Amino acid sequence: MQSHLGLLVVFAFFVSLIFAVIAKDDARAQLRFGGLMFGGFLASALVLGWLMYPFPL
Amino acid sequence: MRATAAEETQSGTLVLLCLASWAVPGAGHLWLGRRSKGVIFLIALPLMFALGLALHGRLFPFDLNEPLVGLAAIADLGIGIPYFIATSLGYGGGEVRAVTYEYGNAFLIVAGLLNLLVVIDAFDVAMGRK
Repeated sequence: MQSHLGLLVVFAFFVSLIFAVIAKDDARAQLRFGGLMFGGFLASALVLGWLMYPFPL
Repeated sequence: MRATAAEETQSGTLVLLCLASWAVPGAGHLWLGRRSKGVIFLIALPLMFALGLALHGRLFPFDLNEPLVGLAAIADLGIGIPYFIATSLGYGGGEVRAVTYEYGNAFLIVAGLLNLLVVIDAFDVAMGRK
């Protein structure tokens, strides 16, 4: 896989999974915490990506 | 004040627990009876590490002249036994021209750091803090 977005999604999934399992004991709380973290990863990456779009490398 | 035999035994067990938890991701939680957490760590962390290798990431050498390289090497080592398996099989050379090189490095480094967090979590559980 060479898609930057795809790799970002996979990375965010693993990090969110591990943090949710470490931080919470209940399965529902893990799902909620992990989902929020995963969404936060994706949203912040997309927002930062668009904010940086006008700037040349 | 001298530690009692029971305290010494407990601290010895804690050291063993942390070593096991570092060497095999999730082993500490499995030892403590937290089976579902242990299985998730046992599958997810080595998988993340393997993905890093598949993405042509590099297992950095312990080069103390370059602090960032040395720190990355310590983070890589955090995954435990999978690190030694990968190096003995010749993986982790890193292909700097690959598009996914930096992603591979991120996967390898973060997998090691997350495993160190898992070790700390297992320690906290063993101490009765969680």
